[in-house]
Amino acid sequence: MKRQVEEEINQLKAKILHMGSLAEEMIHFSMKCFIERESNFGEKVFKNEEEVNRFQIEVDELSSRILALYQPEATDLRTIIAAMKINSELERVADQAVNITQTCTLHLFKETPVKTMMEIPRMATIAQEMIKDSLDAFSRSDVELAQAVLKKDEEEDTLKAKVLSEIIGMIRKHPSQTKQLVDLILISRNLEKIGDHATNIAEDVIYMTIGKDIRHPQQQDPPVVSPSL
Amino acid sequence: METAAIMETPKTDKIAVEVKDLNAYFGSLRAVKDFSLNMLEKKVTALIGPSGCGKSTFIRCLNRMHEVTPKAWSEGQVLIHGEDVMKKDPVLLRRNVGMVFQKPQPFPSMSIFDNVAAGLRLNGLRNKSVLAEEVEKSLRDSALWDEVKDHLNKPGTSLSGGQQQRLCIARALAIRPSVLLLDEPCSALDPISTAKIEELILELKSNYTIIIVTHNMQQAARVSDFTAFLLLGEMIEYGVTSKMFTNPGNKKTEDYITGRFG
Repeated sequence: MKRQVEEEINQLKAKILHMGSLAEEMIHFSMKCFIERESNFGEKVFKNEEEVNRFQIEVDELSSRILALYQPEATDLRTIIAAMKINSELERVADQAVNITQTCTLHLFKETPVKTMMEIPRMATIAQEMIKDSLDAFSRSDVELAQAVLKKDEEEDTLKAKVLSEIIGMIRKHPSQTKQLVDLILISRNLEKIGDHATNIAEDVIYMTIGKDIRHPQQQDPPVVSPSL
Repeated sequence: METAAIMETPKTDKIAVEVKDLNAYFGSLRAVKDFSLNMLEKKVTALIGPSGCGKSTFIRCLNRMHEVTPKAWSEGQVLIHGEDVMKKDPVLLRRNVGMVFQKPQPFPSMSIFDNVAAGLRLNGLRNKSVLAEEVEKSLRDSALWDEVKDHLNKPGTSLSGGQQQRLCIARALAIRPSVLLLDEPCSALDPISTAKIEELILELKSNYTIIIVTHNMQQAARVSDFTAFLLLGEMIEYGVTSKMFTNPGNKKTEDYITGRFG
């Protein structure tokens, strides 16, 4: 017999995954908007954002309901905790995609186009993959995949550093383009943040699956008194 | 048996109850199988597990109540503060190891005062003012004093279920035990009375070693420092409560506390 709490947890997971796919789409459309200088894609981003926000409330409500009605323990409890945290991460991913779109539609499109560095779309691809993989890891309780996401974040950070140094060089060469180039820095920053959110999701998945908190490895566990046998 | 990461027990944490290779039987049926564990002084240890897993049998071995049942016997060793319980007079042992049962059972013909004083009188205390002081102290310790101080002569059975259970705790505390065994003390109580007993347990642990049998997972999680999970007479896992309820080490524990069986 299936436990009622399990059914509700599955519903919660389904909502998170749906929300994640909306956020992934938002990254995709915000990049289309940026690369193709086409504000129609921006509309799609804003439309998805409304839905993501609606899901955020629903996930919180369902999580509270499960906690109140079933007082879950062990894996069930860790899954709810992870779901609530991933919920916030995804809402922030959506916000980053909105910021990229706004930077495009409110600033970049009004200025003379500048040469687009290939690192920025590459960063977007990696960020999108990280979100997808972290959610797949969530769906399958896959620690290995979650760890691969953590590894990928290093690549994202390296690209971000490269973009920054290139842009600083370009600003020196073409000071008249400073405004547009600063916008590019902002966009790369938004993409890097998406990578950070995916990293947080992957860490939540590891906690959910094996009960290990890997967020701050330098912090020692507090001493635990345990009865000897 | 799996445990939480075992670390050196700090010197301040003394062992109150030491159990070595304990087996308990009803005739030929082995209800407790090879238990070996230490329970720390002034800590709350919860015993959880489905009905018939041996929880109550186990705690009844600690004050030799088990052997009172016909055909019941046990082997192995239980040391309380280093003393072998089998070498002690059961009456003296039970003075040191108090017990409270599932259903509140005040002595029916006695007043509230006499219920608490009964154990003291049995131990020879006759001085009325000392007796009154001791009864008041026990009733205060069991968080019942304010509710009953003006009608101590009323029958114990006139109290509500929750109050009766606190009266039984006061009765157990009156003879100043060092270990308190609670066998599902809240299972017959409403949520408010349950909350009061739980608060009381947390207060009492500064002076007493408490071992509680409970079917209520949340109660075990709330009140205990350590939890042992028992199944079919075996101790499956024993460790720190917070870890047991968030990340148990054994699949069977996980399945039980998440309601997959039991």
